[in-house]
Amino acid sequence: MPADVTNTGTACPQCNRRRFTNLGLGSIAVASVGSAIFGYEFLTPNVLYEPSPIVDAGRPERYPAGSVTPDTQNGLYIVHGPEGIYALSAVCTHLGCVTAWRPELDLIACPCHGSKFHIDGVKIEGPAPRPLPWLKAWLDDEGNLLVDRSEVLTRKQFVRVLA
Amino acid sequence: MNGIWSRIRHTRVGRSIFRSGGGDNNLHRSLAIQQNVFLHLASVKIRRPALDFGVTWYLGTLSAASFAILVITGVLLMLYYHPSVPQAYADMKDLQFVVSAGVFLRNLHRWAAHAMVVLVFAHMFKVFYRGAYRPPREFNWVIGVMLLLLTLLLSYTGYLLPWDQLAFWAITVGTNILSAVPAMGAKIRFLMLGGHTVNANALLRFYVLHCVILPLIAAVFLAVHFWRIRKDGGLYTGPQATGGKPHE
Repeated sequence: MPADVTNTGTACPQCNRRRFTNLGLGSIAVASVGSAIFGYEFLTPNVLYEPSPIVDAGRPERYPAGSVTPDTQNGLYIVHGPEGIYALSAVCTHLGCVTAWRPELDLIACPCHGSKFHIDGVKIEGPAPRPLPWLKAWLDDEGNLLVDRSEVLTRKQFVRVLA
Repeated sequence: MNGIWSRIRHTRVGRSIFRSGGGDNNLHRSLAIQQNVFLHLASVKIRRPALDFGVTWYLGTLSAASFAILVITGVLLMLYYHPSVPQAYADMKDLQFVVSAGVFLRNLHRWAAHAMVVLVFAHMFKVFYRGAYRPPREFNWVIGVMLLLLTLLLSYTGYLLPWDQLAFWAITVGTNILSAVPAMGAKIRFLMLGGHTVNANALLRFYVLHCVILPLIAAVFLAVHFWRIRKDGGLYTGPQATGGKPHE
């Protein structure tokens, strides 16, 4: 029996099996796309209860000239070099381990896969693809040193406190 | 004992449960297999060589047995484990030092998990070197590869649940490898962790994956894997079974 003569009733003269199938498949296609979007939106959290990317590093006087202060909790170093204070990310650019400052070697070393960095973030050796990024650091109105871990500096900036 | 069982089988209740009834002939034996939802995955007849140790080293059965141990011990561990920060670590310590038989169940789960990975790999090599993947069994090999991936994913998602340093950094490193996927790597990582860092959302997502989603998928693939052994003519026992030619 051809598909277009399956309709014997008069209530819906344009109905036939092909039309019904296409309508069904079309509905399933629309529902699939909708489910995919719904699923993606559902799996993406709209509110994150994660620590703020901005870290209060306290009074800049805490960091004497020539010092490297690791903050393993927040994954950064506060370095007071000859040109001023800067914040360096301690998160290895290889696979995200927190690196360690090794004062006896005068370098930063990653415990996971052996990357080594100078204290300005430049890589010495190891699998890390990029240098450790410099993070935006500034003084707030009370004179506390703040670091924004979500903001990577593209060129070097130093914080200097005038005595 | 056999007489009692036979009598139960022939009561009205017994016949309503086991429709095939009893009987000693091949028809009744095969009906008993075919009409049971669990047993029908297996063949009604097995060639004696398929039971020889050398044919399979029983590696597939042992893999399935370790999966069964993991399901049983895993469900029991779930009764004392909260997938929340920092309670997860404390619960694991409770399992080790406070819960009766907790350390036994936890270690059994852990060693069975290691054993399953080893056994699944060994099973794969055994199938490969015996040529048991050849037609008509090609698709069962593909399902086996899926099961290998599921085994590794189950192993990986379970790794985070103790919420100790090893777990945290393993998942940090592992999901950072994931973010190397071109174009959408970072997005996949974000969806998998439910955030930017390995945190409470990540622990909960890995818990659900480990305890619900992946075992269910694995169970479905296992059922198909077993059923196809029957459909593909039983276990591959060697070329002599088909007169030197692979099954066609």
